[in-house]
Amino acid sequence: MKKLINATDDVVREALEGVEAAHGDRLKVSYEPAYVVRADAPFKGKVGVISGGGSGHEPMHGGFVGKGMLDAACPGEVFTSPTPDQMLEATKAVDGGAGVLHIVKNYTGDILNFEMAADLAKGEGIEVTSVVTNDDVAVQDSLYTAGRRGVGVTVLLEKIVGAAAEEGKSLAEITELAQRVNSEGRSMGMALTSCTVPAAGEPTFQLGEDEMEIGIGIHGEPGRERMPLEPADQITERLATAIVDDLPYREGDQVLAFVNGLGGTPLLELYIVYRALKKFLDGRGITIARNLVGPYMTSLEMAGMSITLLRLDDELIRLWDAPVDTPALRWG
Amino acid sequence: MSAGYGQVTDWVRRFAAEVGERKGELTKLDQAIGDGDHGSNMDRGLRKAVEKLDTLEGDDVGAALKAVGMALVSSVGGAGGPLYGTFFLQAGQSAAGSSELDTDGFAAAVRAGVDGVRARGKAEPGDKTMLDALIPAADALAEGGDLVTAAERAADAAEEGMRATIPLVARKGRASYLGDRSSGHQDPGATSSALMMRAAAQAFANPS
Repeated sequence: MKKLINATDDVVREALEGVEAAHGDRLKVSYEPAYVVRADAPFKGKVGVISGGGSGHEPMHGGFVGKGMLDAACPGEVFTSPTPDQMLEATKAVDGGAGVLHIVKNYTGDILNFEMAADLAKGEGIEVTSVVTNDDVAVQDSLYTAGRRGVGVTVLLEKIVGAAAEEGKSLAEITELAQRVNSEGRSMGMALTSCTVPAAGEPTFQLGEDEMEIGIGIHGEPGRERMPLEPADQITERLATAIVDDLPYREGDQVLAFVNGLGGTPLLELYIVYRALKKFLDGRGITIARNLVGPYMTSLEMAGMSITLLRLDDELIRLWDAPVDTPALRWG
Repeated sequence: MSAGYGQVTDWVRRFAAEVGERKGELTKLDQAIGDGDHGSNMDRGLRKAVEKLDTLEGDDVGAALKAVGMALVSSVGGAGGPLYGTFFLQAGQSAAGSSELDTDGFAAAVRAGVDGVRARGKAEPGDKTMLDALIPAADALAEGGDLVTAAERAADAAEEGMRATIPLVARKGRASYLGDRSSGHQDPGATSSALMMRAAAQAFANPS
């Protein structure tokens, strides 16, 4: 294992110390229990929006804490769900009396820990609702599995829902909006290489020089198939076809197209993919109204990418365009 | 015969020691069908639970088990934290106010814990989870008899249930994404649950 770390046990804590050092003007970091929160939270009358998950996916979620997006984020150990005490404290820290939305990716550990946290928060008199993202079309048989995994749409949802909360929408309205965003989004990813969890010390899985894994999960979970490597255009078409046919996205739809790097793939290559995606969607009569290209939901140093499409309407476009001021996304 | 405060807390200490010793084995099982963190997560959480027990005073068995549950919930992470945490929180609730557990008291505590795990994880028997070890153990305890013998029988039932997970196809948790490929591997959660029930049998057989 070759990594820029000091000790495997200190990885998450030292990264949080770095976040605090870099963004202390706008974010506060709590260490026991661990969460990142807007320095100026809570806001009276504003719905609090929090998320959380295992570390190793940066900038998600801590990098999305700020005005117009998340109020707080709870980092777990690498690829391990955070614990309910973290989520409870983060929930209390952002509760401005209007309730708190928990954004949860569909993984068993995340679901169970957030459920316990919601029970505890309700016990303390805080209104909590949850939305579970499950946009990964690579999981086909969701009846006999833990269901589709929550991936790229989570980033888009956090931005859109955060903007709605900033506008003063109610918890009920925001929860409904979050569910709508999740239901309009679909994703699929692929890997060229594995990643190495620091505590494990060895790659999570092995891929040959000339192989790729189609439908990879963000923790290295197996995908739909392992196959010989293809040119970028063909890989893009493979993923885009599975995504478009799933919802399905139809001629005349306008979408947000999100090409996400998994950590080890340079922007140079992500733009090659974006170019192919644009061509593919043009061919299907689907308009890209907005886009996002870059590493926003990573899997440590894994090389590979994921594509997410989100069907947009005027309200979603307006909320996407609304100002956002976080370490990882900033505009307006 | 009943298990007093010392023996009940010794149950948790023995469970912690056993997981500490065999965390590599649990991690290997989890690497095969999960994400490979079950051994280290449980070890971290149980060490916290033992630290917590060291600070407790009094003889309330239920309060001790609840403290173990809270320690696990706040330190394990993953799915194991809420599931094992719920087990001990519910078992502690069942035993609240008692200074000792007889066979019926221990059976009721384990049953409450198992029901809590089932409600939290929404798994069914045969889904290849810790319930496949815990439900047979709770059923064995319900047959009653002398505490040491009953705990012994429950540990045997848990181990049998653990081995029976090998051919099963996982329907819950990350292992479920493997589909049929999860068959042929023993479930790590059922394995740690069998260790937990064996630890109880050993603690109750040895007056502390």
